[in-house]
Amino acid sequence: MDLTLTAEEQAFRDELRAWIEANHPGPKPDSDEAAFEFRRAWQRTVFDAGWAGVAWPQEYGGRGATLVEQAIYGEEMVRARAPALANGLGLAMGGPVVIAHGTEEQKQRYLGPILSAEEIWCQGFSEPQSGSDLASLRTKAVRDGDEWVVTGQKVWTTLAHEAKWCMLVARTDPDAPKHKGLTYFLMDMKQPGVQVRPLVQITGEAEFNELFIEEARIPNDNIVGGEGNGWAVAITTLAHERAGLALALQMELKQLLTAVIERAREQPYNGSTAAADEIIRDRLAQLYIETEVLRLNAYRGLTAQMKYGVPGPEGSLGKWHWAEINQALTELATEIEGPAAMARDGRWTYEFLRARANSIEGGTTEILKNIVAERILGLPRMR
Amino acid sequence: MNFDLNDDQRAIKQTAREFLTRRYPLEEVRRLALEEERGFTDDQWRELSELGWPGLAVPEADGGQGLGTVELVVVAEELGYAVAPSPLHSTTSAALLLAAAGTDSQRERALAPLAAGERIGTVAVWDDPPGRSPSEAMLAPADDDTLTGRKVLVPDAGAAEIIVVVGAGGRLWLIEKGDRVEVTPTPGLDPTRKLYALELDGAPADELRGGNGQTVTRAHAQIATALAAESVGIAQRAMEMAVSYAKDREQFDRPIGAYQAVSHRCAQMLLEVEGARSAVLHAAWALDHDPESAPLAAAMAKAYASDCGFRVTASSLQVHGGIGFTWEHDLHFLLKRAKANAHAAGDARFHRERVAELIGL
Repeated sequence: MDLTLTAEEQAFRDELRAWIEANHPGPKPDSDEAAFEFRRAWQRTVFDAGWAGVAWPQEYGGRGATLVEQAIYGEEMVRARAPALANGLGLAMGGPVVIAHGTEEQKQRYLGPILSAEEIWCQGFSEPQSGSDLASLRTKAVRDGDEWVVTGQKVWTTLAHEAKWCMLVARTDPDAPKHKGLTYFLMDMKQPGVQVRPLVQITGEAEFNELFIEEARIPNDNIVGGEGNGWAVAITTLAHERAGLALALQMELKQLLTAVIERAREQPYNGSTAAADEIIRDRLAQLYIETEVLRLNAYRGLTAQMKYGVPGPEGSLGKWHWAEINQALTELATEIEGPAAMARDGRWTYEFLRARANSIEGGTTEILKNIVAERILGLPRMR
Repeated sequence: MNFDLNDDQRAIKQTAREFLTRRYPLEEVRRLALEEERGFTDDQWRELSELGWPGLAVPEADGGQGLGTVELVVVAEELGYAVAPSPLHSTTSAALLLAAAGTDSQRERALAPLAAGERIGTVAVWDDPPGRSPSEAMLAPADDDTLTGRKVLVPDAGAAEIIVVVGAGGRLWLIEKGDRVEVTPTPGLDPTRKLYALELDGAPADELRGGNGQTVTRAHAQIATALAAESVGIAQRAMEMAVSYAKDREQFDRPIGAYQAVSHRCAQMLLEVEGARSAVLHAAWALDHDPESAPLAAAMAKAYASDCGFRVTASSLQVHGGIGFTWEHDLHFLLKRAKANAHAAGDARFHRERVAELIGL
């Protein structure tokens, strides 16, 4: 057991840290449109320096980083408060799927523009009637010569308005059992059959969209992994658990914690400060501990994955745990603020609202608990 | 970065699991807890001593095995998993404090026999009445050489011959059982670890002056971390019992584990058990290799494992339903040990306050 970085890992971290420091573009602009172009430019800078797609194999333009290095990458980017890369879904899911299941032509065609953010990717999985039960999805694709004609509706589609490509799972065989009749397509978003409508969230922002697909056309060559294999391909995407994710998330949490602690030191509270209040101290300490536990579990998961090829049980717990901690932390932050939290524009009011989605986005906590219960503990399935 | 046990540590874990499974089946735990006055037999102690466990983390120069805190917690977790009644933790605790603060002659006289398992030891922390935290001990010497006063909730003092007494300002004294030390059993919540009150009436006391604040703080952190490790093992066992019961027990024509109200409860147990294990391993490693982060790491481990131990055993009891509430079922030994551990060596609240201080709140 050795919880320090190896010489190679340390060199990786130092090089990256120095590079970020020298190239950090500063704070992002306020307007959504400008902010996106800012992130796209940042990804281009990152790409030009060879830091995009660290997890991808070198032959496809990546860096072939180990899992620990990927984790370091996530931690360092967050630590430096670097902007998020514009093409997050393409980098974390689209690219790895093409690398794992795509043809040589597909790899040549798609991978480069993902890394450079020239082409943005979005994900068309969830539908209004198919959330947690993804395999029940109804968007259908019908063969027409060398093309497929697609009709249906998708929802929670992040970046659909910016995207060139959509990772679309559609039903190609309505008679097959629900997991069998699905196919994974790459759909060109820039066509008349695809309409994008922003979905306004409880925060007032629109991070996601609805996608209305009316006889959109997809060439047969844009199938990834073969007709009827869509479920397996989609599952690899999801199972391509981004190794660094829990660690990047815990780093974000730590920054948020630091800000809450600073706030607690300043906030007048019962004749002293919130930081001096026993209950606030106890709860903040508990959240600090939980955040550390999240980090340590994630590192144990990484070690298990590197040693035995599969993530240990700790790995699956990260997303659910993170959601719980982030929600509790933002709740506490608003309590520390007190009545000021009733005003809408406060930072913590925003964070509190945004955190509501944490236990839903990317797999609800209920589904994650089902997965833990069934696949790790071996408890019987309810269905 | 390698957050996993090495081969030697794995071997220690496996040996411990096999040995304890053989020697401490739950029927034996029950017999020791309910029928043995001291909670263990001489033969059992001899066996543990032959394995070298009392001196596991004691330096070789003092007659121990010179292994680290990681090895110590590996064994402690297995002892927790077995709920093995034994004065091992008490003896280890006394030995760690002696190793941290004993002078050469104190080490020779008291530490070496503890490390060899020739004598049993314990640590007397709590005054009567006990303060909220272990750092509130007020006992002070009447003169340079003797102690008078009362200590309560002292584990395994019936069998212990060497007692380290914690006094005001964290000062430590070595006393040996004798005429001036009266030992009375106290019925304990946890029958697998016997408690006693000590009446000191001018007991000859030899202050431990060989260490400094840091070495003593480290030893206390090791003790707390070892106890936290025990709680991880207890919680692991309670979780396995709950999962196995949820697979077998049928109600409304299906195993109760098929209901999410039950299965999600079990998933929650896994989150807490794995989290506590990570925190304990991290603390143990930090105590061996990263002195700067060790106090915070140990406080986090004891706080988290204290809550985890109690919550997981209580949750397991709920999964078991009525049968889990019976004397006849073994679960209550786990619940009681976990609950007692949560209060010993500083409870979760105490350690969270330590965390608050250490992170600059």
